[in-house]
Amino acid sequence: MNKARRNPGTTIAAHGALVLYTLIALFPVFVILINSFKTRKAIFREPMALPNTESFSMIGYETVLKQGDFFLYFQNSMIVTVVSLFLVLLFGAMAAFALAEYRFRGNTLMGLYLALGIMIPIRIGTVAILEMMVATGLVNTLTALILVYTAQGLPLAVFILSAFMKGVSDDLKNAGRIDGLSEYMIFFRLVLPLVRPALATVAVFNMIPIWNDLWFPLILAPSEETKTLTLGSQVFIGQFVTDWNAVLSALSMAILPVMILYVFFSRQLIRGITSGAVK
Amino acid sequence: MTALKLENVNKSFGSVHVLKDINLTVEEGEFVVFVGPSGCGKSTLLRVIAGLEDATSGTITIGNEVVNTVPPAKRGIAMVFQSYALYPHLTVKDNMALGLKQEGQPKSIVEERVTSASRMLDLDQYLTRRPAELSGGQRQRVAIGRAIVRDPKLFLFDEPLSNLDAALRMNTRVEIAALHRTLSASMIYVTHDQIEAMTLADKIVVLRDGRIEQVGSPMELYNNPANRFVAGFLGSPSMNFLDRSVSGLAAGRTLGIRPEHLTLRADGQLSGEVTHVERLGGDTNLLVRTDQGETLTVRLFGQNATEVGSRISLGFDAAAAFYFDDADQRILPAAA
Ligand SMILES: Nc1ncnc2c1ncn2[C@@H]1O[C@H](COP(=O)(O)OP(=O)(O)OP(=O)(O)O)[C@@H](O)[C@H]1O
Ligand SMILES: [Mg+2]
Repeated sequence: MNKARRNPGTTIAAHGALVLYTLIALFPVFVILINSFKTRKAIFREPMALPNTESFSMIGYETVLKQGDFFLYFQNSMIVTVVSLFLVLLFGAMAAFALAEYRFRGNTLMGLYLALGIMIPIRIGTVAILEMMVATGLVNTLTALILVYTAQGLPLAVFILSAFMKGVSDDLKNAGRIDGLSEYMIFFRLVLPLVRPALATVAVFNMIPIWNDLWFPLILAPSEETKTLTLGSQVFIGQFVTDWNAVLSALSMAILPVMILYVFFSRQLIRGITSGAVK
Repeated sequence: MTALKLENVNKSFGSVHVLKDINLTVEEGEFVVFVGPSGCGKSTLLRVIAGLEDATSGTITIGNEVVNTVPPAKRGIAMVFQSYALYPHLTVKDNMALGLKQEGQPKSIVEERVTSASRMLDLDQYLTRRPAELSGGQRQRVAIGRAIVRDPKLFLFDEPLSNLDAALRMNTRVEIAALHRTLSASMIYVTHDQIEAMTLADKIVVLRDGRIEQVGSPMELYNNPANRFVAGFLGSPSMNFLDRSVSGLAAGRTLGIRPEHLTLRADGQLSGEVTHVERLGGDTNLLVRTDQGETLTVRLFGQNATEVGSRISLGFDAAAAFYFDDADQRILPAAA
């Protein structure tokens, strides 16, 4: 920010608001974390207290790690999330480029058709999706989940990215064409680097719902080998007794990978190299 | 040999007819300038020549080859854009070299051409910088360098100087003129700027609404405009058009007289009141409202003491006047 425009009053107010919001947003995470290190009794007696020597316990983590397949669930979630995100970004960006760059019959119609996907939740089609997966033999595979999440993420990705791609200077793309770059090279080497912040935004938007989803793993891939982390954690939630230590520990560990991915994407968000490309 | 030949070129975007029956020849080594009001299709015509847009009909010949279906990179052209359009993530050197690398030129040739272009444009010490680390003028020189290294048969410039400030614009204009002399390449140059058009061009093409109004050397167009539009478009301040203030003018006729051809004279053909004075030091411009209610501009050489509100009488040499009929076409004095 320009020094001359910085006013201490507004700066303090802005930071105050941000800090307050951060506290509110982080509070549930904080409660989960502290309680995951406490004994069952301590969790219920004083849910807000920090673990002390008396109430400290690793029992939750021990249960989770002993539950055998926890690392497999972890791996499944990671594979599904990363591959889905990759496909959403790749195909979303390609479709967005075509819609933004080329004049063809039905361009607008195609854009509207894709936008429709933003408004209609994919879960409405669950029965049909399940039937298709059964017919193609994809039930209980990670592929089924990846396909569904890719479909779910594409509409918004196309919508956001095409708006950004329309903003990329025509002159720049034309300069590339005159220099003999193919349309694919223009897409990958000129346009994608310039819309990287938008790509990161789309990735962050899509990542959390995929990672946290319980619905599709439960319906399409409930088998032991394909369980995701969220589904796997459900074994601790019984109809009559819930192993809260284990649930909280599982949730705490589930936060980590998403956080790592988030840090990775937000670096892309910040890194702006567009300045100086075109006046 | 002709560098470029356009025959009956038309371009429509959907139902919008942007270029209408363009016929034009550019000789080898010629510097051709396209001028015309905003939106008349100058950039579109340039893009059709470059192959960035397909012509709806007509043929485009570059060198001896019909290039209608040839992609831009293979047409033997290079283009400089108003917005510079440098690749932001590449260094100055890589920006200039990319086109040659794509052509598959050997490293030694790439190196040699980039070096000679950067020497010509004084870019030696910036070769490792990114575009973001350069000033506007330097960026535009890089863009010009990127065009030079490809050694094209035809250079295309789309308003290359309009983002530069006045002093830099003058310098770069001189550089482009020098470049044209050194390379003796054919160039097409789009501009809004009168001075660029008059000083750089061997041949000016005046466009209006997607049609060519007139083609000729700068002085030909200045001295012999074919119609009222061309007469009014070239020359600054622009020509005065009068149809009431001059006596003896046939109905439907318009008389055109350039501001510099009007002089203060006691018994002049025109009289009126001065409404505004612009003192530029070397010149003085007067805005005058004639007794018949028409406004005209007078350009007086040197400094002049005339005050706003004073009554003056203006004369002109009949030989310096132009006449136009009711369809705005020029008619020779004998017929008027
Ligand atoms: N892709 C397009 N789709 C539809 N119309 C277009 C397109 N490109 C240009 N036009 C229209 O073609 C006309 C000519 O545009 P062009 O950019 O060639 O004008 P110009 O003479 O270069 O103007 P300026 O001096 O402002 O740069 C304009 O009316 C414009 O609206
Ligand atoms: Mg233009």
